[in-house]
Amino acid sequence: MKIEFEHRQAAHCESGVTSNLLRVSSNSKITEPLAFGIGAGLFFAHIPFIKINNGPAIAFRTLPGHIFNRTCKSLGIPVIRKKFRSKEKAEAFLKECLDNGHPVGCQVGVYYLPYFPKEYRFHFNAHNLIVYGKEGGNYLVSDPIMENATVLDSYQLERVRFAKGALAPKGHIYFPEKGADITDEQIKQAIKNGIKKNVNSMLYIPGSFAGVAGIKSTGNKIKKWRDKLGLQKAGSYLAQMVRMQEEIGTGGGGFRYIYAAFLQEADSYLPGNQLADISVMFTKAGDLWRTAAVQAAGIYKGRIGSQEDFNTMGDYLLEIAEIEKSAFLALKKIKWQ
Amino acid sequence: MKKDEVPQDLGSLGKITKEVCYATDSTGKYVTELSTGWDVKTKALDVAWEDIAKRIATAKERVLNNHASPLLFFMEYRLMDISILADYTGFWKWQIKRHLKPGVFNKLSNQKLQKYAEAFNIKVEDLKSMTVHED
Repeated sequence: MKIEFEHRQAAHCESGVTSNLLRVSSNSKITEPLAFGIGAGLFFAHIPFIKINNGPAIAFRTLPGHIFNRTCKSLGIPVIRKKFRSKEKAEAFLKECLDNGHPVGCQVGVYYLPYFPKEYRFHFNAHNLIVYGKEGGNYLVSDPIMENATVLDSYQLERVRFAKGALAPKGHIYFPEKGADITDEQIKQAIKNGIKKNVNSMLYIPGSFAGVAGIKSTGNKIKKWRDKLGLQKAGSYLAQMVRMQEEIGTGGGGFRYIYAAFLQEADSYLPGNQLADISVMFTKAGDLWRTAAVQAAGIYKGRIGSQEDFNTMGDYLLEIAEIEKSAFLALKKIKWQ
Repeated sequence: MKKDEVPQDLGSLGKITKEVCYATDSTGKYVTELSTGWDVKTKALDVAWEDIAKRIATAKERVLNNHASPLLFFMEYRLMDISILADYTGFWKWQIKRHLKPGVFNKLSNQKLQKYAEAFNIKVEDLKSMTVHED
């Protein structure tokens, strides 16, 4: 069984899966940046007291699952989603979906994902891919970060769908129900909702660990890392931050470029709201994140490492926080035309 | 980032697939561009694996000195902490902590060892002898 489905590569797994699953009902209108923006995907959080791979827990995007859910909800598309305790039931349900002609999204862990390069296999359980058929013993898989579609046998797929650890997928499967076609009017409304949600998550989460305040607080923390952690560990921490910011799936600049692309596309749906101008501010933020990454690389490569270098590094984040703050304030103030 | 500035340094992912980046063209419009990698992040990934290699080496030494059981070595080798290992094996965390002691580990039943071997994707004899086959 094979469902008519065209694999398309994307930058980020979840927004890519969302866009690809909605392609038919949206008539290809929901591009990856639109899915990311409508799903209010942009974020920053530095969770205190938690360590991931012995480094800081820093995220540049919203929680896994949110982008798909919010995007579908905003567009008025009913969603089917299930988690399982039993591996057998999980596979039976998957087969049933495929028999009914639904390509489905699956949350998976990447540690045992065979087509991933070994260097990328960490216990990261919030990766997403689409299964769109079965031929012989192999499931047909469209992983948005890969250039081409691929296959997994039953055991390999079961293994990654039931990966263990933080955010364990538990066979999580999801897909949009076939409904009415998505209209431009719905997209416009969904864009406004998405922007509003993202303004809230970046500006108004209390505390100093999330949003623009989180960027600022991490900037200040970085300045103390050299003394507190020692040069080597501070370097490892910075390397981890750069990986979260630039590794596969961010589209570059910690998702800031995807968001800028979203605002540009949004501008053509909702002209006269300065969205294109605000998009430029996010491009600037993304560029500065990358400049900061180069500075960080200087430190973890051992080329530089004085306190002055850490101050410069921290100041980049303070500057970014200011840019993103004014950008989100500008979005907040929009009186929709 | 401008389209012609998208880095094309060959990283480990670049050997298998190129990745999509968002960048602006000459008119300022966002387009996607494929990248084979960026040495800034390749190095960041190298740093992560160098740290892991050090942790594995330390664990190996502790096992050889009889301060810890081979579980510790394979936990580091498979990047697992106690809670991930507990999820994969079904053991309680306190049980795993006990099994990390060489004396306790040496008396474990084959059935229990089998659970660990499955979690680490290795054979029981390799678990006992701390043998690694590249996979």
